[in-house]
Amino acid sequence: MTWDWAFAFEIFPRILQGVGVTIGATFSAFAISLTLGLVLTLLRRSSFKPLSLTIAGIIEFIRVTPPLVQLFFVYFAFDMGPFLTGAIVLGVHYSTYVSEVYRSGINSVPKSQWEASRALNFSPVQTWRKVVLPQAIPPIIPMLGNYLIILFKETPLLMGIYVTEMMMIARSIGAETYRFLEPITIVGFIFLVLSYPCALFIRYLERKSGQIPGSAEKGVKA
Amino acid sequence: MTELAENLEPAREVIVRYNNVKKAFGNNIVLNDLNLDVYKGEKVALIGPSGSGKTTIIRMLMTLEQPSSGTIEIDGEQLWHKEVNGQLKDADEKHLRKVRGKIGMVFQQYNLFPHMSIMRNCTEAPIHVLGLPKDEAKERALQMLQKVGLSDKVDMYPSQLSGGQQQRVAIARSLVMQPKVMLFDEVTAALDPELVGEVLEVIKDIASEGETTMMLITHEMDFARDVADRVLFLDNGLIAEHGTPYDVIENPQSDRLKSFLGRFNSAH
Repeated sequence: MTWDWAFAFEIFPRILQGVGVTIGATFSAFAISLTLGLVLTLLRRSSFKPLSLTIAGIIEFIRVTPPLVQLFFVYFAFDMGPFLTGAIVLGVHYSTYVSEVYRSGINSVPKSQWEASRALNFSPVQTWRKVVLPQAIPPIIPMLGNYLIILFKETPLLMGIYVTEMMMIARSIGAETYRFLEPITIVGFIFLVLSYPCALFIRYLERKSGQIPGSAEKGVKA
Repeated sequence: MTELAENLEPAREVIVRYNNVKKAFGNNIVLNDLNLDVYKGEKVALIGPSGSGKTTIIRMLMTLEQPSSGTIEIDGEQLWHKEVNGQLKDADEKHLRKVRGKIGMVFQQYNLFPHMSIMRNCTEAPIHVLGLPKDEAKERALQMLQKVGLSDKVDMYPSQLSGGQQQRVAIARSLVMQPKVMLFDEVTAALDPELVGEVLEVIKDIASEGETTMMLITHEMDFARDVADRVLFLDNGLIAEHGTPYDVIENPQSDRLKSFLGRFNSAH
């Protein structure tokens, strides 16, 4: 099969139309994973053992089943439409990874910071909001950013439940014209063009998070 | 301890009372049946070898460590317990917060908040815990920072200050909360020797103002002698000797205390 430039230029705009859905699904899913991930982390730290164990079990369960299977299951079990299903399932799946990242960030805050908060009589909520999270999150921003890129690259899975993102469009073009090489290559190219600046931006954040006064010595050295 | 109280000034008011307090970590007993009264405005120095239980005494008061048994009273109120129908029940977070507000603590490692400016380190708790208006909190913080000689550093961050300066900020941060009892946990132990003096001077200044009750753990014997009204020598989880600085530091009775103090004298 030879490469056909004319065909490639012809279908490019059509595939580009799927970018919005791909990016929309990525950010919706990421927003869900950031929020739910934090909730999972906090619940898992609960001193009430049955709760923390249940949460740990749920996290483990979500993590060891394939996202594609989860997509199909939720798609057929609940009638939410493809996009919403996709955003929720990927968001929940990634929240389990993100929660691990939060956990590492929170554990990196020294115990002495908790003690100082107690000595100043902060409430538990104030301690989290003012002392722990502001120190836990900046160092993990690059790690969260990496998960954003990984999540972005996973969105072609949504094709399985008929979300009209780029991969879905590319495959329909292939089915119509029997030419797969160009549409698939174009999808790959668009992913590259979008991911690379993101990766650069994350590197920039990584440098910047090291510059926050006081966090310099604790910056992520990974 | 009670006979000691009568020997001193019987009219003085007790602010902190430990009643048969025990603390064990697993099988390791760190404090054995502690009975101690601290009086309003009194400065009590706690000395003793590491592992003697002195840190545990003040950490329990700051609610960083829960006693295994016994009770602690602050200003007539139970700290770790709540009286419900005449019976003592374990205190909940709400009760702990209420009583804890009377205590302040300065730590060995300063424990400033690295992500906040010096000013915010000193105003965050007054604003959000005491509910002071921002202006008032700032004014109070500035006053305290002046007292510790650092009012020109308000916009800096802890990592930009020396250890001695950080510790002085930590003292100011604690003072802004106007605690009735201030705890000092070996506050100069982590400092370079040339920075110890400035921190001790600040504490002496505050002590000389008189009102605040202080419990100080220190290895600086000269400082203990200067500041303290009473010195407690802790050994193996017990108060082995106590009395005025003169009694304890100049005129030790037991061999344990003599050899403990000997370590400091030989260093001079």
